[in-house]
Amino acid sequence: MKLDINGREQEVDAPDDMPLLWVLRDVVGLTGTKFGCGIAQCGACTVHVDGAPIRSCVTPASALVGKKITTIESLGIDGSHPVQRAWIEHDVVQCGYCQSGQIMSAVALLKATPKPSDADIDAAMAGNICRCGTYQRIRSAVHRAAELSGENTHDA
Amino acid sequence: MTHDPGYLTRPSRRRFLATAASLAGGLVIACFVPFGKRRLFAQEGAAPAAPAMDPNAFVRIGNDNSITILIKHSEMGQGVGTSLPMVVAEELDCDWSKVKMENAPNAHIYANNAFGIQGTGGSTSTLESFDQMRQAGAMARAMLVEAAAQQWKVATGDCRTENGFVICGEQKASYGELADAAALLKAPKKVALKDPSKWALIGKPTRRIDSLAKVTGTAGFGMDVKRPGLLTGVIARSPVFGGKVKRFDATKAKAEPGVVDVVQVPSGVAVVAKHFWAAKKGRDALEIQWDSGVGVDLSTLAMQADYRKQAKTTGAIAKQAGNVDAVLKAAGQRIDAEYELPFLAHAPMEPLNCTAEISKDGCEIWTGTQFQGVDQGTVAKILGIKPEQVKIHTQFLGGGFGRRANPHSDFVAEAVHVAKAVNKPVKIVWTREDDIHGGYYRPMWLSRFSAALGSDGKPSAWSHTIVGQSISAGTPFEKFTVKNGIDSASVEGAADSPYLAAIPAHRVDLHTPKTPIPTLWWRSVGHSHTGFVMESFVDELAHAAKTDPLEYHRKLLPVDSRNLRALELAAKEFGWGKPLPDGHAAGLAAHESFGSHVAQIAEVSVENGKIRVHRVVCAIDCGPVVNPLTIEAQMQSAIVFGLSAALHGEITFADGKVEQSNFNDYKVLRLNEMPTVEVHIVPSTDKMGGVGEPGLPPIAPAVANAVFALTGKRLRKLPLVLA
Repeated sequence: MKLDINGREQEVDAPDDMPLLWVLRDVVGLTGTKFGCGIAQCGACTVHVDGAPIRSCVTPASALVGKKITTIESLGIDGSHPVQRAWIEHDVVQCGYCQSGQIMSAVALLKATPKPSDADIDAAMAGNICRCGTYQRIRSAVHRAAELSGENTHDA
Repeated sequence: MTHDPGYLTRPSRRRFLATAASLAGGLVIACFVPFGKRRLFAQEGAAPAAPAMDPNAFVRIGNDNSITILIKHSEMGQGVGTSLPMVVAEELDCDWSKVKMENAPNAHIYANNAFGIQGTGGSTSTLESFDQMRQAGAMARAMLVEAAAQQWKVATGDCRTENGFVICGEQKASYGELADAAALLKAPKKVALKDPSKWALIGKPTRRIDSLAKVTGTAGFGMDVKRPGLLTGVIARSPVFGGKVKRFDATKAKAEPGVVDVVQVPSGVAVVAKHFWAAKKGRDALEIQWDSGVGVDLSTLAMQADYRKQAKTTGAIAKQAGNVDAVLKAAGQRIDAEYELPFLAHAPMEPLNCTAEISKDGCEIWTGTQFQGVDQGTVAKILGIKPEQVKIHTQFLGGGFGRRANPHSDFVAEAVHVAKAVNKPVKIVWTREDDIHGGYYRPMWLSRFSAALGSDGKPSAWSHTIVGQSISAGTPFEKFTVKNGIDSASVEGAADSPYLAAIPAHRVDLHTPKTPIPTLWWRSVGHSHTGFVMESFVDELAHAAKTDPLEYHRKLLPVDSRNLRALELAAKEFGWGKPLPDGHAAGLAAHESFGSHVAQIAEVSVENGKIRVHRVVCAIDCGPVVNPLTIEAQMQSAIVFGLSAALHGEITFADGKVEQSNFNDYKVLRLNEMPTVEVHIVPSTDKMGGVGEPGLPPIAPAVANAVFALTGKRLRKLPLVLA
């Protein structure tokens, strides 16, 4: 099957029922997206399909042919994306394992709701579990990312 | 795989220097710091010896001025990968922005000075290595100064250091420029350490140095390990603890595309495949008949009934003074209460996994482990090789909480068994269901109290009977932690409680039932149950004595004790006693664990019959502070972990099987339930304590006490549920 991952079309050899998560991790070699539960309960595997957040652990890759798949790797490795900058500024991460998913959920939230309230954040981020308990800093970092995104738009 | 034939031996100083030099050039600071502080197993002659007088390497300085600090402790979110480099960098006087962390290899020279073996746990990381890391930084600095002084033909005393440079008058050289020359010098035997008043980094809020890797998805966890020809395995384990494979049919499993092999190992039947998905589907297709063994009838209800029955008799005595029964009998006012806590899974976000690669030279392991010192020996024993032939590449840990410190090295051992059986490098991956079903739980606990109150409202007699499994029974740790039938981890926080000294007649006793359920230390270990029951019961006594709980703590705790200091600060910052919004109430708790003293006040309400925690004010006295941001994060973290247990967590059994399987039925706290948490640090020059675990014990009792204040209902069972 042909998949569009982070703006690159690539031929992928995987069974039809293989979830996108494992295609990304074990076939394509993009390990930034994490396995946490396998049943869409924890959000560690969150990626975007056509800009909307999905749980890649329960979404067969074969259903995504012709769609745009975006993973944490698309944000770049220099940490300059507003959400990444906010995460670093607010010292959000601890063990870090859930943070790819947290960040992808936050990016999707800010795209849909550029100035989210606490209630918006609670609703959008409740699907992402963090066992280290970074929730309070996630809340503040999402607000900060909203500010930084606004500045970026202004600059542009 | 590229093979360095010398890699499997312990890094001698020469090899380390040579390796580092050939890689990047520069200086490796070698040092050994003798350490005679609190050692966990110090009371036993059989305890592992302290690291021998081998030189040790903690600092690498590159010619490009990069500073790499080797972390002997596993970074599992607790921030040790930032706090230990801070301590080294303080003495080194280097440019903090150039500092990187790297996981140390496995070697006895990296032993935890509190354990005697390499390992991370017990909230020991910073306190056990604080002096050692300072020495490492100071020695490196001294060697750089010496190198500069020789070059400039000046006295070392005329040189100073600043932000990565040695300076003498007009002359100035960067550490990177001096690194090669310094590497040729002998490490000084003695170095002077900075006076704490001169600290520029220690004690300052400092952001983590692993953030960039973790916000870009590039941090290397065990789950992400890639090796040439690496296969992925999943293991079908007995659905009942203690069960064994009777027979299995792998025909259908092997027919799954991508499945490479199916092998029986001690922990079950492993399906090995080209990738996880094929391995999992192969496992789904396996046909196994299990011999269930003694665990087949396990049920939580039956165990609870048994524990309650045991609690009616006095167990092994952990602490005793005076004639408890006589005082209780004569008591004017007597309070009895029974508390119950369930088994709990650690459920770290990264499911367990381990990569094993066996060659003629030995075995290499890639995993996130808290217990390199134990794992190394386990692997060597399985393969019949020397411990020196086992190389462990510690990865970032996607959470540990105790689960990745296993006395049996369970998740490491089975990867080695499978790699050996299929004769190929294998990564064993646990699913979340494997994790929830897989055991090594926080034990189920029951506490039964009886207390008499004197005319002053203070307890005049105190009887506390504890029932629960020993974590270390049947492990190599048993001989260090179990004495006269008492596992110290079962009664910690109860038998050594600061309340007991002032109670003339007191007794703490313990029943230790045996079950087939494997148990393990779970964040804050014994304190995870004693914190709840002690602070709940003291709150009950306060109400029985018609005294405000804060005032009651002032009466019971020694004046100026660290617990009380933490509590006073929390009360002040919370505004204890001030009116709260309608429908809200507050509860407090203070508990000492791992050398730190933490008080928490929780503000709760009840929404649709459910407990809602709005705000938690936390104060900690942990002695000298390395990084306030770490402490703040760890208090928030422990509160979240503790709230997950207080409001949701429960592993139960029926017909021998665990009834929960994933985050849908083993619920944990989510962001929408997160209270506002304020953390305050008590200024303190007392002995340094840990911070990874001590934030946990007070939260469940603080919430339960708040619920009582609000509703008049005393919830004595976790998770807290309003009927």
